[in-house]
Amino acid sequence: MPVPPTLHYFLDPGRCIGCNACVQACAECDTHRGQSMMQLDFIDHARSPQTVPVICMHCDTPTCAEVCPADAIKRTEDGVVHTARKPRCIACNNCVLACPFGVPKMNNAANLMMKCDLCYDRTSQGLKPMCASVCPSGALWFGTEEEIRELRPASKTNREFRFGGQTITTRVRVMVPKDRAETHLDVTASLRRSRDADPMLDAMYDEGSP
Amino acid sequence: MPPIEDLVRPTRESRRAIVGGVVATAILAALIVLGSRNLQQFDAALVAYTFGVLFATFGLVYRYVMWLHRPPTAMYWRRGWEAALASRHRAHNVGRWFGRFANDVLLNHFIWSRDKIRGLTHNLIMWGCALAIAITFPLVFGWLMFQTVPGHPTEYQAYVFGFPTFTFPSDSLFAVLAFHGLVIAAFLVIAGVMLAMRRRMRDGDAAALQLFSEDFLPLILLFAVSLTGLMLTASYTWMGGSAFEFVAILHAVTVIFTFLWLPFGKFFHIFQRPAQLAVRFYKDLGRHGDEPAHCARCGHAFTSQMHADDLIEVERALGFRYELEGGGHYQLVCPPCRRSLLAQAQGEAWRHLRGGLVVAPGAAPEHVNPGLGEGPLGYEDRDNFHG
Repeated sequence: MPVPPTLHYFLDPGRCIGCNACVQACAECDTHRGQSMMQLDFIDHARSPQTVPVICMHCDTPTCAEVCPADAIKRTEDGVVHTARKPRCIACNNCVLACPFGVPKMNNAANLMMKCDLCYDRTSQGLKPMCASVCPSGALWFGTEEEIRELRPASKTNREFRFGGQTITTRVRVMVPKDRAETHLDVTASLRRSRDADPMLDAMYDEGSP
Repeated sequence: MPPIEDLVRPTRESRRAIVGGVVATAILAALIVLGSRNLQQFDAALVAYTFGVLFATFGLVYRYVMWLHRPPTAMYWRRGWEAALASRHRAHNVGRWFGRFANDVLLNHFIWSRDKIRGLTHNLIMWGCALAIAITFPLVFGWLMFQTVPGHPTEYQAYVFGFPTFTFPSDSLFAVLAFHGLVIAAFLVIAGVMLAMRRRMRDGDAAALQLFSEDFLPLILLFAVSLTGLMLTASYTWMGGSAFEFVAILHAVTVIFTFLWLPFGKFFHIFQRPAQLAVRFYKDLGRHGDEPAHCARCGHAFTSQMHADDLIEVERALGFRYELEGGGHYQLVCPPCRRSLLAQAQGEAWRHLRGGLVVAPGAAPEHVNPGLGEGPLGYEDRDNFHG
């Protein structure tokens, strides 16, 4: 049974409070029992408590599936990119290295790539994924576009991402300000800016500064 | 929509695949003629099985050649052989190949690691099928034949490729095992199929993802082949040959359909999976014989430079354009930094309202709590996630 086309996953990393509830809940998912597929990172632990949850973004043209030599990763018509089919995955690690969002993991003992599959056992029944059902801050949310518009009137959704010359569209949406003119997120922009990071913040956290 | 002529016109890849399939089928046919001494030793009753195998051979080689044309498969095929045959490691690799063949192919260690019941299931089905193939294929091709020894009606002689070899008494243990090998195989397969069916009917993950053609049909076919085979034995052992002709036709239909299904469904993994041995040699070479790639953002070493460069080539062949403005390639950014970049891009979009994120240039992200099972799943994740 496919995931209903009106139901979407909404990701708002800026709301994450690092509570780990998603990490715990993810391990309860039937499709990878006992193993969490959440990627929850401190992005600069020395300077900030900010944490970032990332799940599989379920790309329309999944790079992981395209670079898979064993043809093990399949995207179903409802837009969900499934974890590798177990009989086929040869554990080459191509998907882990090629995913533009850095999501998949490699289970070496089991010779198997593993990743979020949008809790297909739940979402195909119209239920929320485990992580979204427990997130207390709304960083991870699952529902319809109408519901999220009503809940967050200052936000709109974005499903187009740029990585250098490559544009990727995804099933998962990221929340951006409603007044934003651009129709995409330029993911690699901060690589270009890294040389001239915010001078005020740098000075503020510089150990030598007063 | 392209014109219909373009859709039906064979591509260069499909032409190669057809040639490969025809050549392989012709070689097998020639070996059957040769091995059965110009068909003198060939059992005409088994001719339908022989043609089933010949058709399956064409289909399997066709699909395999088409599969090898995919850019990532072509890259790994080439690189895998290069790594396995690298002159400085060749002698060492031969030993490792045998070890890995035993571990991965014969014992299925990696499947036991996934789940104990799945390991048992796969071993039962795999060894049942392997035993059945080892017995039936030589018989079907006329490469192996048993005949009573003239003047000694209780003695059998085995003919291999038409040459008389050893003899054995018809009531010996060897004879019992040889002539009931398919019964043993059938019981192994049926036990495995039952376990697999049990999982498919009880597990939530299987229920969510399984497809009839991909997951149930192979099990149904294996069960049908085994059951009709056992019915043949039951017919001539206990029922005086009752309904033998009908069951023989039913058995032939199930076996031939299984052969013809080999190239299309789940059974094709039998031919794909040996690629994991080549992958292991490629990874060995990257891990121990090559420089690591360093993340263009945080500077940490992650995968091998060889793997990163090969992926860049594969991505370009597939039409992806991950080249960065001002030089460089996104493939050379490590997975944790990619997650961080996504967060930074979102933070930047909200800067005027939320104030942006505090991230030093090149700050390496780290998992919040790898102790909860969130972090690396193996040595490669530890390298790639610098965790």
